[in-house]
Amino acid sequence: MFDLRDLYQQVIVDHNKSPRNFGKLEFFNHEADGYNPLCGDRLHVYLNVNDEGLIEDVSFEGEGCAISVASASLMTDTLKGRPVSEFQQKFEGFQHMVTADLDETPDEEALGKLAVLSGVREFPSRIKCASLCWHTMKSAIENSKEAAKTE
Amino acid sequence: MFDIEQIRSDFPILAQQIYGKPLAYLDNAATTQKPQCVIDAISHYYECDNANVHRGVHALSERATAEYEGARKIIAGFFNARSEREVIFTRGATEAINLVASSWGGANIKAGDEILITHMEHHSNIVPWQLLCERTGATLKVAPINEAGELIIEAFDDLLTERTKLVGVVHMSNALGTINPIASIIAKAHAVGAKVLIDGAQAAAHLAVDVQALDVDFYVTSAHKMYGPTGIGVLIGKQSILESMPPYQGGGDMIRIVTFEKSEYSELPYKFEAGTPHISGAIGFGKAIEYIQSIGFDAIGKREKELLAYATTKAEGFDGLRQIGTAAEKACVLSFVLKSVHPHDLGTIVDREGVAIRAGHHCAMPVMQFFKVPATARASFSVYNTEAEIDALFIALKKAQDIFA
Ligand SMILES: Cc1ncc(COP(=O)(O)O)c(C=O)c1O
Repeated sequence: MFDLRDLYQQVIVDHNKSPRNFGKLEFFNHEADGYNPLCGDRLHVYLNVNDEGLIEDVSFEGEGCAISVASASLMTDTLKGRPVSEFQQKFEGFQHMVTADLDETPDEEALGKLAVLSGVREFPSRIKCASLCWHTMKSAIENSKEAAKTE
Repeated sequence: MFDIEQIRSDFPILAQQIYGKPLAYLDNAATTQKPQCVIDAISHYYECDNANVHRGVHALSERATAEYEGARKIIAGFFNARSEREVIFTRGATEAINLVASSWGGANIKAGDEILITHMEHHSNIVPWQLLCERTGATLKVAPINEAGELIIEAFDDLLTERTKLVGVVHMSNALGTINPIASIIAKAHAVGAKVLIDGAQAAAHLAVDVQALDVDFYVTSAHKMYGPTGIGVLIGKQSILESMPPYQGGGDMIRIVTFEKSEYSELPYKFEAGTPHISGAIGFGKAIEYIQSIGFDAIGKREKELLAYATTKAEGFDGLRQIGTAAEKACVLSFVLKSVHPHDLGTIVDREGVAIRAGHHCAMPVMQFFKVPATARASFSVYNTEAEIDALFIALKKAQDIFA
């Protein structure tokens, strides 16, 4: 059985307490709203993609549980400075990790520090908390006007 | 004599362990657990008496009909309805409110009319009226609440005018525990000629309700919050009003004669019960009410007051806990937020300690907006809960605080 500490690892607690890339960007060319109707979590992401297709800067604002705040913090850390073309692969990797069978070991090499969130697999009602920011980022990158949902 | 051990043993589900810890089920406002007698009544129906009602001439159908109508009689007695004709089975409180909004509202509400509700309503007593207002051009008015989560009576009185055609008020709030003074609300509403719908989804398991003494026009509730099964509830309405209302849904059972030119509708209550009903649900509901009656509201009320007082004292002494909903008149609900731990994380953490609570907006988003919180954690009590379970909750809360310390 998983222990609570598998979900609330120190890294997650720390990112929740002092989230990285929190606040509104001064300059951004993509943004989107995300909302999880189940628990009322709200998220807004901003990103600035430059002419070379690099994510020059990225940030988020909002209110949510520790899992959703830590996940957004870790996500923005991971994406910052990377080519926007890599997003889809990272998105899929993350989605796979949080929905994979429990006996599958997360691919830490590909996922990097995002792997600390693999514990949510054990908590089905919390998977949406972890993935809300990714869905929101996806709609920001695709610039769709609708608020991202976790459904 | 109130025998807690006996009562707990009536509920087979309570004896289990969750993650190796004894289950402390404190989510009774969402749904209550079911006693063995209710489970048995439902099984017995399927094992021995299953048939469609009001249709067959054979023995099983007659037995099924007798049990189904027997349940209606028990419910009529419990709420002191004038007759069984005033008891209409629905899927639950939600469907009952929609029935009234659609049938009574459709026939009686027009542009310029007002519908008055309160800020502490469950979504099910907001959205059907919003839809009705959109269809008719009527206006929805909302009576405000104060910081304790109580209805502000003076403001309610000011909003109640000759334009008000219907007042919809929750008897006991699921998000706050507040009990509203419905007797005086009903009297005042009637004085301006408005009809009143009381949402009794929470209250009916905790307080005695006498629809005649209250003179209420519509009272709705759900069986599953009263130790009965899901998927069944009632609308109890005044016969004179129900008779004047058009049908809600059309189909079998609700008609007397059908020709392609015109159909003639059945008598009450069948006019509002189109299609094969939830027969086993009604039977289980009747049994659940008998179970409540066997304990009695005096004993239930006394015990639940003790539990709430015990939990409230603990909450007041708990560092960093803010109660949401501190009405002078309240029951069975401890809604709160903890500094530094989001309700959703709390829910997960206490679950691992075997403690089941609800975290979220409790289908009352306007209440969350009023208190400026995205969500609350809510422990809600029932007659079978114990002080030890409340202790387990507070130990688990401490553990959550430690994780985030
Ligand atoms: C106060 C209140 N009203 C209405 C409802 C709706 O009941 P149901 O979902 O059983 O129709 C609930 C249930 O959560 C409630 O607590």
